[in-house]
Amino acid sequence: MAKQLIKGNEAIVKSAVLAGCRAYYGYPITPASEIAEAAALYLPRAGGVFVQAESEVSAVNMLYGAASAGVRAMSASSGPGMSLMQEGISYLAGAELPCVIADITRGGPGLGNIAPEQGDYNQVVKGGGHGCYRTLVLAPASCQEMADLTALAFDLADAYRNPVVVMADGFIGQMMEPVEFAAKAKAPGSQPWAVEGNRETRPNLASSIHLEPDRLEQHIRHLEQKYLRAEREAVRCEHYQTGDAEIVLVGYGIVARILKAVVDEVRKEGIKAGLLRPITLYPFPSVQLRALARQAHVFLTVEMSTGQMVEDVRLALEGRKPVEFYGRCGGNAPSAAELVQVVREVARRSSPVLIPDAITKTEVCHG
Amino acid sequence: MAEVPSGYTVLHERPKAFYDTFERKGELQQQTHYCPGCGHGLAHKMIARAIDELGIQDRVIAVSPVGCSVFAYYYFDTGNVQSAHGRAPAVATAVKRSRPEAIVFSYQGDGDLAAIGTAEILHAANRGENITVFFVNNAIYGMTGGQMAPTTMLGQRTTTSPLGRDPFNEGYPLHVCELLATLEAPVYLERVALGNAKQVMAASRAIKKALTNQVKGLGFSLVEILSPCPTIWKLNPAKAQERVREEMVKVFPPGVYRDHTTERAARPAPPPAPGLDELPRLLDLEGHEFDRTGLERPAGLDLRIKVAGFGGQGVLMLGEVLAEAGLLLDLEVSWLPSYGPEMRSGTSNCHVRIADQTIASPLVAQSNVLLAMNEPSLRKFIGDVETGGWVLYNSRSLPEGVTAPAGVEVLCIPFTELADTLGEPKAGNIVMLGALLEAAGQLPAAAIDRALEMHVKSARWLELDRRALELGRETARKELANAYV
Repeated sequence: MAKQLIKGNEAIVKSAVLAGCRAYYGYPITPASEIAEAAALYLPRAGGVFVQAESEVSAVNMLYGAASAGVRAMSASSGPGMSLMQEGISYLAGAELPCVIADITRGGPGLGNIAPEQGDYNQVVKGGGHGCYRTLVLAPASCQEMADLTALAFDLADAYRNPVVVMADGFIGQMMEPVEFAAKAKAPGSQPWAVEGNRETRPNLASSIHLEPDRLEQHIRHLEQKYLRAEREAVRCEHYQTGDAEIVLVGYGIVARILKAVVDEVRKEGIKAGLLRPITLYPFPSVQLRALARQAHVFLTVEMSTGQMVEDVRLALEGRKPVEFYGRCGGNAPSAAELVQVVREVARRSSPVLIPDAITKTEVCHG
Repeated sequence: MAEVPSGYTVLHERPKAFYDTFERKGELQQQTHYCPGCGHGLAHKMIARAIDELGIQDRVIAVSPVGCSVFAYYYFDTGNVQSAHGRAPAVATAVKRSRPEAIVFSYQGDGDLAAIGTAEILHAANRGENITVFFVNNAIYGMTGGQMAPTTMLGQRTTTSPLGRDPFNEGYPLHVCELLATLEAPVYLERVALGNAKQVMAASRAIKKALTNQVKGLGFSLVEILSPCPTIWKLNPAKAQERVREEMVKVFPPGVYRDHTTERAARPAPPPAPGLDELPRLLDLEGHEFDRTGLERPAGLDLRIKVAGFGGQGVLMLGEVLAEAGLLLDLEVSWLPSYGPEMRSGTSNCHVRIADQTIASPLVAQSNVLLAMNEPSLRKFIGDVETGGWVLYNSRSLPEGVTAPAGVEVLCIPFTELADTLGEPKAGNIVMLGALLEAAGQLPAAAIDRALEMHVKSARWLELDRRALELGRETARKELANAYV
């Protein structure tokens, strides 16, 4: 099929329907509203359901209902709405119900503004709801990935019976790029645990309550095992020019796009920079980052926030190499020119000639 | 079930919609967790019996709340979904919409439904969801030990209204049936009580009717059940029932608050789902092909375009047509808008990249084409145009005090005025596009024409835009010829 020039937000919906999604429950919010608008058009056409909920609180609980009934369902929101959904996400994870939520991030805290920011990392990746659960998080950096990762999100949600968030900044949601959609539509599947309102599924129960501490611990341990499996099996990231990189830039979403241009630019000056772009924010590509610490002198994390993912980068590297940070926020994106300056400065500061031999050798041992 | 000994006749038996033993309960699996004299047990039994009588057990999905009835799923041998506090109507909405053949009821207490879940019940009722809601009102928070409910009566002492509910501090008891009766959508709203046998009989009829309505597809039904809570009220079961009968019914008068069951027709069934092979067409994935025969893919192209102007000048659309044309030529493209309040008033701009190589960043900080539809945009962005780049400005000349950076070509044409001569000043953006084709010259007109076709749905506008495009090209050709003379 020919590529289509399409907004990232709209690509999410088309890809979701092709992936077998048949329900959308959501509340409009800038810069995610095109997702609700496209869903209102396309879900009914595909024989699915679209309901504009009275709030994000209701929307996420509608996801809970649809997921309980075994339907591939999704919603979308942005920072303030994601905050409201956190209660429901905790319940979904606790009841092991799969669903997909797109978070098209904007500036915060509070009402903030509607320009792109990456300040939702902590609430989405670390889980803003209560209890021992995790949310799988995918971070597209292009409209094509909005489509591809949405489809993947539904598969991961089913495989792990857990909510999956597709988290993209407002740029990726609002921009248009050519997208090639899946050639074949997936049939909506059925789930043996679903409560469908028939004899076969009458014994089924969707619930997150386990009154006895021993049973709840057992349940939490079971969830934990799933998350450990995800950490082993579901990690995704993109390496760009990291083969010989002495400076490893780390960024996701639109920032990674800008960083690619930065890598190309500084390499012209002889600075050996590379980019590691986490595609899954949880599970985080810690192992992949650690592997780069063998050759890199320094890591530079760039975010459109005051530094949230950088904590995961530091945890991954466990002090092996210095981790620098550069962030813009409030709806401002760093320009490539601005970041080139930052990289030059970091390169100058962490030049290996300044590091005594002994330390360099120790670092090699670490590898 | 144990066999009936000979000589005995069964007059009452446990409804089949109850489990024989309550295995999910852990201990004491022969009895419920409800206190003696509590209304929940009775309400459960009436619901289970109605399910039996309607023969719908396999189809039923019970949505349990948070509160004393959080464990309703211990008892109902039906499909079960346990929901968050107050959210049962939202959960039930989606369960029902997902499985229209299922009979879905939510069972909620007064805190769940009338306090934390007020929005959910109101909107589920207002959408006329084809679900059944059983609302057990005992004017107190039982599960958590006796705090005030939204339905706690004036003067009633609770642990959080220790001096008695005072309207000046806690407001008045909330009347759910009366509130929902102001909405158009609900089909059936009735308040019943469990104060004596007669009231219980009436409650039983209401419960069955509320489920029957759903079986018939009529829409939203709610039964409010005034129910005793002997333990928290600190009354014995008989006295608690008396309180329902004597006190509660005065504050919450039983009765039918809405009954449109005879005049309302069944809601239309959802249309059959299309085949999977129809989805690409239904998702508008088709029709994006373009015959590139005879067209060369411009090599070495790297257009970094900024389009800017007032909202309403077609700035975003102009950018889209450019990006679409690039895609038709098999080039890499990106289109990034400013969005939000700018769209509603003030200035608007978009970044367009068209290149023969992978586009890293879609942001255009340094442009090589600036299409400025107004003066503020020109002033804002002209300094970022690179040497060798182009500025097209919507006027006869650059405003006073504005100069282009060295090595930047400038083409000043009053595009909006020209469009006005075609009878539509809004087509100024397309006149400008025509001029760009002449100035920058790398994009074949055929691709632009096809892109316009894809974007402009009205035949009148398409014809107009084609004329606008031609007018722009012609004017630019003349201007450029003059410039070189």
